[in-house]
Amino acid sequence: MVGARGIGALAVLLLSALPAHAALVRAAVAANFTKVATELAARFQAATGNEVRLSFGATGALYAQITQGAPFDALLSADDRRTATAIAEGLGVPGTEFTYAVGRLALYSPLFDLTDGEAVLRAGDFQHIAIADPKTAPYGAAAMAMLEKFGLTEGAAPRIVTGESISQALAFVESGSAELGLVALSQVVDKPATQIWLVPPENYPAIRQNAVLLKAGETNEAARAFLDYLRGDAAIAVIKAAGYTLE
Amino acid sequence: MPTLAEIASPIALTAALASVTTILLLLIGTPIAWWLARTKVRWREPVAALVALPLVLPPTVIGFYLLIALGPYGPGGALASLWGARTLAFSFEGLVIGSIAYSLPFMVQPLRVAFEALGEEPIEAAATLGAGPWQTFARVAAPLARTGFFTGAILTFAHTVGEFGVVLMIGGNIPGETKVLSIAIYDLVERGDWASAHWLSLGMVVFAFVVVSAMMLIDRRYGRVTG
Repeated sequence: MVGARGIGALAVLLLSALPAHAALVRAAVAANFTKVATELAARFQAATGNEVRLSFGATGALYAQITQGAPFDALLSADDRRTATAIAEGLGVPGTEFTYAVGRLALYSPLFDLTDGEAVLRAGDFQHIAIADPKTAPYGAAAMAMLEKFGLTEGAAPRIVTGESISQALAFVESGSAELGLVALSQVVDKPATQIWLVPPENYPAIRQNAVLLKAGETNEAARAFLDYLRGDAAIAVIKAAGYTLE
Repeated sequence: MPTLAEIASPIALTAALASVTTILLLLIGTPIAWWLARTKVRWREPVAALVALPLVLPPTVIGFYLLIALGPYGPGGALASLWGARTLAFSFEGLVIGSIAYSLPFMVQPLRVAFEALGEEPIEAAATLGAGPWQTFARVAAPLARTGFFTGAILTFAHTVGEFGVVLMIGGNIPGETKVLSIAIYDLVERGDWASAHWLSLGMVVFAFVVVSAMMLIDRRYGRVTG
């Protein structure tokens, strides 16, 4: 039942959606979240009239820019380390950090039948496997942890090629130069099921992707609204459909 | 301060890449520049424009095309299959091919200018004295155009050392194989090790200063002899 209060709230919501109130949200977004963030930003924009400007990149590169005063209101990191560091270093607003998605690692290849991906990895019948830089990208670190757990690190080491971000790791596979890639499920969620093998999550540390409001956006109500929107049911449904989990 | 072992490999690799590229480009660039300087055909300028393209194109465009060309569905993959590999990407050989494409104008342009500055006279004089085309080139044209060779070689070497975008796109960041200095610095900045990044970057600044100074010295000392 929609009562008088409901209608009143609706009116406020509609009023706040008027262009006169339109504000700009500048968000730095981890490369693996590119597709979802674009969709969520469009939905948020349609619902509120606030413009969201997204800058994509490797989390490490984005964070380096933020420490030097890059004009971002919010950071959607690929890990939970950079957001914590941001708060510790006074660049993030305390109490605004939350997990917006938990990433899933996937083995991907357009060349192999990956129904049993572990067997393909163990057979080792490939020349190059692409991963993201394990020192900077959480998916790269997860990939290394997983290879370690399977005892494949030594055999795979000379065949590992590193992309500066998870997007580049995928580009190496798409170009055909690397036969296999350990990438984010979200990047390959549209591919045929036989080309993807979902790495069982117990084989790598959880990839918690955290968001945080940055100091530059502390007084930007639209930025807070965007972060709230990311935690809402509508956004969560989109995020889950895109290949992430959320507990 | 970074340990010696950490920086020795990217420095050695960068020096090797720049040296190999410079030597190969001297061999490839000289006939191209000679032809561009001497020919009268109408499609000379389109060819010159083609050679100069890397000056204008973003490294991402060159890197993107190279990634495809070096891969299993391009000519690079066909070449690589001769020794059982699938791709030339992610290899030192691949970086050399990329660097040659990327630095071609830096070799050809100064050489062409030097060859054109010779004019017809010394070449006709050599021919009159009975010198064949090879002899004319080796004993008359090349010594007179030495500024062009110095400039081209230094520019090519320096430009290859300074290469980043192309290597980033086709290299795969393999230590000892494709992880050159510029990539190593980018890596250090990304992972927050700014102290090491500072040391390597400072080294690059010093190197660049030495190169530019050397260029100016050569220009002052020899520029007027041939120019």
